[in-house]
Amino acid sequence: MTSTVMIDKGAPRRAVKQHSMSRDRTWALRWSYFFLTLFAIFSLVPPLYMVITSLKTSAEISAATNPWWVYHPTLSNYVELLTSNQFLTFFRNSALVSIFVVTITMLISVPAAFALARMRFWGSATLATGVFLTYLIPETLLFLPLFKMFAAFGDLTGIQLINRWYVLLIVYPTLTVPFCTWIMIGYFASIPKELDEAAIIDGASWFQTLTRIFIPVALPGLIAATIFAFTVSWAQFLYPLVFTTSTDQLVLPVGIITTLIRGDVFAWGQIMTGALLGAAPPLIIYAFLMDYYIAGLTAGATKG
Amino acid sequence: MVDVAVERNSAASPRPARKRASLRTAMKRKSTAAFLMTLPLILLIVLLVIYPAFYSLHLATLNKSMQRFIGLGNFQFLFKRETFWLVVQQSCLFAITAVVFKALIGFIVAHFVHNIPAKGQRKWRGMLLVPWVIPPAMSTLAWLWLFDPSYSAFNYLLAGIGVDRIPWTGEAGWARFSVILVNIWFGAPFFMIMYLASLKSVPDQLYEAAAIDGANWWQRIWYVTLPMMRNIIAITTLFSLIVTFANFDIVRILTAGGPLDHTHMFATWAFRIGIEGGDIPLGASVSLFMVPILAIAAVFILRDINKRGNEA
Repeated sequence: MTSTVMIDKGAPRRAVKQHSMSRDRTWALRWSYFFLTLFAIFSLVPPLYMVITSLKTSAEISAATNPWWVYHPTLSNYVELLTSNQFLTFFRNSALVSIFVVTITMLISVPAAFALARMRFWGSATLATGVFLTYLIPETLLFLPLFKMFAAFGDLTGIQLINRWYVLLIVYPTLTVPFCTWIMIGYFASIPKELDEAAIIDGASWFQTLTRIFIPVALPGLIAATIFAFTVSWAQFLYPLVFTTSTDQLVLPVGIITTLIRGDVFAWGQIMTGALLGAAPPLIIYAFLMDYYIAGLTAGATKG
Repeated sequence: MVDVAVERNSAASPRPARKRASLRTAMKRKSTAAFLMTLPLILLIVLLVIYPAFYSLHLATLNKSMQRFIGLGNFQFLFKRETFWLVVQQSCLFAITAVVFKALIGFIVAHFVHNIPAKGQRKWRGMLLVPWVIPPAMSTLAWLWLFDPSYSAFNYLLAGIGVDRIPWTGEAGWARFSVILVNIWFGAPFFMIMYLASLKSVPDQLYEAAAIDGANWWQRIWYVTLPMMRNIIAITTLFSLIVTFANFDIVRILTAGGPLDHTHMFATWAFRIGIEGGDIPLGASVSLFMVPILAIAAVFILRDINKRGNEA
């Protein structure tokens, strides 16, 4: 709207032409809002329906009333889940796994990205390409050999990895490290070389250059990478489904699906509450750090 | 670059021999340091990605109890099974259909968001990206409940306008439709955000020039927007093709491959055979069939990324 006003001010003489243009513009805007509303409804229906169902009792869910409306809202599903030891165990496992994985990912990928972006050494270009290729390998290709490897490792050394939540600390970094390294290479490479040259001349070691200059300057990238690592490890479904089976070792997504769905009896109120609570941490991070989240998302492709 | 600068320095001043010696040790330290810094990354990739990838090739040549080498026996067995060809067809159908619609919807929505005043864009973008933020396993549960055979909330709405109840996950055709729909719902926001970022980087002068030349909106898109976004479109599409082709969560939760294997993809069928059926070698053979299409997509992505690296 503001732009049409500006055009009117700028060229008052060509009023006829301007009028039709501004009318076109208004209509284009109306259509834009109309379709955006449609797409927003499409995007938000499943999460909203989660909220609606989570506020209902089982009796209301199975009654033949309008499913899109809550007649007797109740928080009983939330109370029940948040006081159930099993659900809290899932939540704890998920939180532990995600926090450890984020730490491991950062410890591996930040120094590696620094070395690949700044210290040219034999094979560094190949390694950078290799990192990107690794990122393209989906987890569905590797779960069977990894499962067999961990089983064989258990037989060989007596260290049981299968059906322990910490096995996820070993496999999740394969999903997070390549992408985080890749975007950190991009962020580090965009730092002007004069900055680290100055640091080296002042007598800083490589390690000091990394911690005193690169990490502070590339902090937005670091935050974006951290958010990525967290959301990936929080949302991962296949690996925990394959590697863990006992209820005390499960993480949230698998826990909800394997314990709340029993045969044909679906406790939908509780399932939706669980799903909503499971979706909450990434959503909260997204709500507060949207710009970093989007920066991380687009950096993978726009920073070559 | 740092080395060059330092060398220039030492050439300029002939004096310090001692300094040059310390430089040499620093250089030595540099390559060692670089190696140590990348070592965990190399170990991770070699031990947990490259080794399992080759181990999976080895596994594919063993019999079910993993005692005996049977060569290509697993593949011969697969080629004779009807379900296998069904899975090949479905994987390709799902991946291609879903990616085309994701790309189209993403492109259109990105334009609408770009169209409205900058003040409101943040809010809309925030809402439209929500499907991508929710863990897919959790949001697919919501879809499963929306598609429930007896309490489907969609069927309730459709009954309001007189449409018969639809067996969303119960009948092969509809189940495939539902899987693709959820895939699009989950993936379109990613395209939208990528396209929006790239739309913002198209210089306004190009559109002004096109407008002066009398281009209509379609010509502006065809001759200005699309060529400028070509690279991003290619990379996003290829990337999404890989992710959609190898997708596991959505099919697993929504239909678990049913009805009668009519929605299985490579990943879910490999899981069914390898983990639930206990035949790890056969499951590994199934998942290996994902490699060719992934390799092709990867080659194209790498080519595009290198090209852009040269331009920059």
